[in-house]
Amino acid sequence: MREIVVFSLLNGAVYGLLLFMLSSGLTLIFSMMGVLNFAHASVFMLGAYLSWQISRWIGFWPALVVAPLLCGLVGAAIERYGLARVHRLGHVAEILFTFGLAYVIGELVIMAWGRNPIENRVPASIDFAAFRIYGTSYPFYKVLMTMISVGMFAFLWLAFKRTRVGLVIQAALTHPRMVSALGHDVPRLFVLVFAIGSALAGLAGVIGGFALLTEPNMAAALGPIVFVVIVVGGLGSIPGAFIASMLIGVVQTFAVAVDYSLADLLRALGMGLPPGSALREMLAIKLSQAAPLIPYLLLVLMLIVRPRGLMGTRDT
Amino acid sequence: MTKGATRPAWWVGAAALLAVLPWVPGLQSDFGRSLLSQMGIAAVFALSYNLLLGQTGLLSFGHAVYFGLGGYAAIHLLRAVNGGWPIPVPLVPLAGAAAGLGFGIVFGALTTRRGGTIFALITLGVGELVRAASLMLPSFFGGEEGVTASRTEAPRWLGLDFGSQLQVYYLIAAWLFVAAILIHAFMRTPVGRLCNAVRDNPERVEFVGYDPRRVRFIAFSVAAAFAGLAGGLHAINYEIVTGEAVGATRSGAVLLMVYIGGVHHFVGAVLGAAAITWLQVSLSDYTSAWLLYLGLIFMGMVAFVPGGLAGLAMIHLSALRTRAVAAIARSYLLALPFALATLAGAATLIEIAYRRSTQPEAGALMTLFWIPMDTAKPWPWIGAAGVLALGAAALARIRPRVAAAWERAAEEIHAHA
Repeated sequence: MREIVVFSLLNGAVYGLLLFMLSSGLTLIFSMMGVLNFAHASVFMLGAYLSWQISRWIGFWPALVVAPLLCGLVGAAIERYGLARVHRLGHVAEILFTFGLAYVIGELVIMAWGRNPIENRVPASIDFAAFRIYGTSYPFYKVLMTMISVGMFAFLWLAFKRTRVGLVIQAALTHPRMVSALGHDVPRLFVLVFAIGSALAGLAGVIGGFALLTEPNMAAALGPIVFVVIVVGGLGSIPGAFIASMLIGVVQTFAVAVDYSLADLLRALGMGLPPGSALREMLAIKLSQAAPLIPYLLLVLMLIVRPRGLMGTRDT
Repeated sequence: MTKGATRPAWWVGAAALLAVLPWVPGLQSDFGRSLLSQMGIAAVFALSYNLLLGQTGLLSFGHAVYFGLGGYAAIHLLRAVNGGWPIPVPLVPLAGAAAGLGFGIVFGALTTRRGGTIFALITLGVGELVRAASLMLPSFFGGEEGVTASRTEAPRWLGLDFGSQLQVYYLIAAWLFVAAILIHAFMRTPVGRLCNAVRDNPERVEFVGYDPRRVRFIAFSVAAAFAGLAGGLHAINYEIVTGEAVGATRSGAVLLMVYIGGVHHFVGAVLGAAAITWLQVSLSDYTSAWLLYLGLIFMGMVAFVPGGLAGLAMIHLSALRTRAVAAIARSYLLALPFALATLAGAATLIEIAYRRSTQPEAGALMTLFWIPMDTAKPWPWIGAAGVLALGAAALARIRPRVAAAWERAAEEIHAHA
């Protein structure tokens, strides 16, 4: 039992950090421009594919740097040559533009790497046991994933709090007109923020690519969960996104490990099952089967209890 | 909404068109009539979606939930009819509408508390929730195989047995006509007008004394009912409903239809539904890259033609009455060959790349635009890229001419107005 708890916590934290890497980039872009970037998960997928391709050419470690940088460039191009043009048409047009872009990136990935999953294995240089607990070895690459995500956040936090550009971006998040009036080039800051957010998504793709399955559907599979994270955390709040990421990461990982259903719970409490086959079927669903449902249930629950999200401050 | 749509003559014309369409040469076959049936179902669904996006300003990413649940309700009713319930088949879609309305009220109470971006996100979440649930509750959703029923094993009604595609088409067309009139009428009620007001300025609506949340809720429930109706028609047409009926792909497709058709005009949704359905059916026969083309078309529409096909048609209709029409036509004629060359160049590049990555077993030889080519050699790539570059460069040169002609037309229209 304790074994399951420890492993679920460890794996849940790794998954949660991955979610946070995606949701923090999305939140940054959202709070700056009010744009919900539907192509964000597609950039994540692009990161996974690019890192696989680049590590075949020049090895894993260079790919770890190059792939996120390329994703950052892609993000900058999306903002500079796409969204900036659509900006005058309003938020709905911007969302729709990124929605179309998600289709296009997905198809371009198929065009470049085919429809089937690629064999994106953990590179040999990081595929060894880091430590052993309860007689099971814990892989080093998961430790590395944690180290990279935590290191990245420390770096970003310092960059935002301690550098001049970081302070200007922070100011532009809340008062873009004032910042512009003070002589800063706000559209260029937009491009920079988009690039940073996309690079974060790309980095998540590099380290998430071999943890998850690298296939053309991975953006569609992870995208909605990332959106749930930013709603549950409160739109525009990075601490909220962190808490929600960890929450969903840990809860979902735990759920996968629990092989009991509501019917089992009722039986354990000594209660009989209610009549009706549909209701019985619903009660008999094991928690491990229902795991994919949990983020969305959490979303609905949050909307009933606290519509603005965990740390949300403003209404959108 | 166009002024002309209120005239009875317009509706009579629409009814006549719906009646004549399956007899038009080229559409007379079972395939053509089946295509028309699909377009009709898509049109009902798109009209219901435009009630949200175009009229109330609500961007939903989960409208297929109500389509699919309506479809399931209808297919279960159809099974009961197969089992002996004395309900005529033409009324079965009403079960879909009722289910759509019911679920619309339940989920709408949750999702319409806010508009804008957060509404869009929540509808996405609810869509994923229902899709995930559809895989877990096989007794209602039928698991992977879906639920099937027969539309012919039912009491006959006015001698109709719905064995032929033609009868099914007329059933769908009749419901499309009824749905269009009802939705159009709804937009003219005070609530419908308030929907427009909530879209344009929710704060002001609140200031005047109405609750935008309630207006959104009503619009959402009504739209869900019509989506359910479309789902019911889908159930009768295909005699099967599977989990993908509630899925994100269908939700995305209806958004594309309505936006490409034009959100500011009532007929836009119908135009978009017909165009996208036709693209889905015909383009997917020719190329596996059709989703890429669809995505590119959609992005281009969002960036350059926010009025959609209907808006484009309206602009051209008003330009027809100006003296600049000849200049516009001349500039179009000049641009046409280069536009075709650009498209052909781009399409060739995309097709070659697709073939090489997704169907390597099909070999390197392929024929595109009546030209046989060996994709293992560099010249098809170079040739296509060259045609693309030349075409694009020429178009860039011609663009000022087109713009100048339109400027003259715009001046004339303004002078008249």
